Amino acid sequence: MSTLTTESPAAQLDPRIIRERREQRLRYILPLAAITFALGVWEFLVWYNDVPHYLIPAPSLIAKTLVTDGASLMQSAMFTVKLTLMALALAIVGGVVLGMLFALSRPIEMSLFPFAVILQVTPVVAIAPLILIYVSNTFAALLICAWIVAFFPILSNTAIGLRSADHNLRDMFRLYQATPWQRLRYLLIPTALPYFMAALKIAGGLALIGAVVAEFVAGTAGQNTGLASRILESSFRNEIPRMFAALFLVSVLGVSIFLSTAWLSRAVLGHWHESEIKREG
Amino acid sequence: MTPIPAPEGDTPLIDMRNVDKRFGNGTVAVRDMSLTIRQGEFVSFLGPSGCGKSTALKMISGLLSVSAGTITVNGHRPGESTTGSDIGFVFQEATLMPWATVFENVNLPLKLQGVSKAEARTRVEEALSMVGLANFAKSYPRELSGGMKMRVSIARAMVTKPKLLLMDEPFAALDEMSRTKLNDEVLSLWKSLGLTVIFVTHSVFESVYLSSRVTVMAARPGRVVHDIALSGRYPRNAAYRMSPEYAESCRSVSTALEGTMDHVDLNH
Ligand SMILES: Nc1ncnc2c1ncn2[C@@H]1O[C@H](COP(=O)(O)OP(=O)(O)OP(=O)(O)O)[C@@H](O)[C@H]1O
Ligand SMILES: [Mg+2]
Repeated sequence: MSTLTTESPAAQLDPRIIRERREQRLRYILPLAAITFALGVWEFLVWYNDVPHYLIPAPSLIAKTLVTDGASLMQSAMFTVKLTLMALALAIVGGVVLGMLFALSRPIEMSLFPFAVILQVTPVVAIAPLILIYVSNTFAALLICAWIVAFFPILSNTAIGLRSADHNLRDMFRLYQATPWQRLRYLLIPTALPYFMAALKIAGGLALIGAVVAEFVAGTAGQNTGLASRILESSFRNEIPRMFAALFLVSVLGVSIFLSTAWLSRAVLGHWHESEIKREG
Repeated sequence: MTPIPAPEGDTPLIDMRNVDKRFGNGTVAVRDMSLTIRQGEFVSFLGPSGCGKSTALKMISGLLSVSAGTITVNGHRPGESTTGSDIGFVFQEATLMPWATVFENVNLPLKLQGVSKAEARTRVEEALSMVGLANFAKSYPRELSGGMKMRVSIARAMVTKPKLLLMDEPFAALDEMSRTKLNDEVLSLWKSLGLTVIFVTHSVFESVYLSSRVTVMAARPGRVVHDIALSGRYPRNAAYRMSPEYAESCRSVSTALEGTMDHVDLNH
């Protein structure tokens, strides 16, 4: 077979790299600039109109509160972070395990799916009081609430993903007499990964929402409480800057979760999946 | 329809006896198909859409069971553990794993069979240079053209060094130029490795260019209606396409194929 051409991969072009770098920088600079600008406008309007700080505090005052109340706020933030991450981790474990069971067996899916749907469609605020009554450990109760919210997308996407393998590729694996384990490892899991990643992005945000909602229901009781309790507490005491500071931390937490899951998805799928591939041209 | 007598001493590699395939929904995809293919033949399955070509191929590879009759490949039932690596299958689409590099895609059959890493590496590299893609081992399928993907698929089928290569309309989606080129590559693989090839196609010209024998099938129910031995000598090349032999073969295969269309409901 000496007549075959051997083409070589396209050489890297300099202008493209330069353009890519610029785009990369803009990706950080533009959002930061926009946010800084918005904060500036806020600060200016509050100062210019002399808005009292118990209505709308200026960003500078919120920042000051973040520093002065830093210790207690950080403690609360750590509580919420712990709650959210544990709920997310349990949602991943539960969702993936159940999703695999569903993908393996239709009867199991048909019997258990209704429960999953009921859990999903019932608003967590409505179940939370019951859970708080039945589960004496508050942290465990909060964890269950956040878990319920986060787990469904992972379950359903994992189950769908594991079923989505290309039928010719399935035949390929049959032809070479792959073991069930090989089929799972080399075909089904890679096929399901994009579905799982999409679910993870959603579940990360949902875990935080579930955690905050559950904390709200639980109220401010107990010493070791999260950011939602700080918000409630501040609203009772009319400490609006502190409320904004806690709110700010919740947002930071949400954004961090979003950025990490987006980063993870890109890291895992970036080299092959359409959703994460940067198009050229 | 006269079966071709097997020359003395040539062992049949594939033996299909009165094979039926009826699907669960009642469709009879293949009825009473009997066919003997000897070691080293290049056979094309030619016929209208829905005549059971893919079904026949899948039964030979063991991907589908037969409803009646028997098939033996190299003396074994298809799907028996001994035949796994003896068969290479090339689908109509390249059917590559998008998450894996070209190397990993070609390596898949070896990995599934537990071939040692070191040996697998040399065999994959061999298979890739065989199809002219040695420089693309690290590329991902999305970075390749349609023709290149098809070559990867061929390399994957060849990496286990099968005796039998089954190809289901492998080049149907390609342009004329790539198709001609890949046809020549398949012929050269067939010759140099002493393969037996079954090649499913819709194209009379492709079947005549490639094969030593064309099996013409008709639909509803799917069955073999002609079995035509082609006299054209190998190696086949551009000159063969100009030869009177080629024209004559095309004419007789076309006539046989037209015969199968009489029964086809054109509203279908
Ligand atoms: N899994 C299946 N279930 C039911 N019927 C099927 C199945 N696969 C194929 N058939 C039917 O069997 C018949 C033969 O199908 P087959 O795919 O073998 O045809 P083919 O000759 O390969 O056609 P084409 O050239 O279009 O690929 C068709 O009528 C088809 O509808
Ligand atoms: Mg077909």
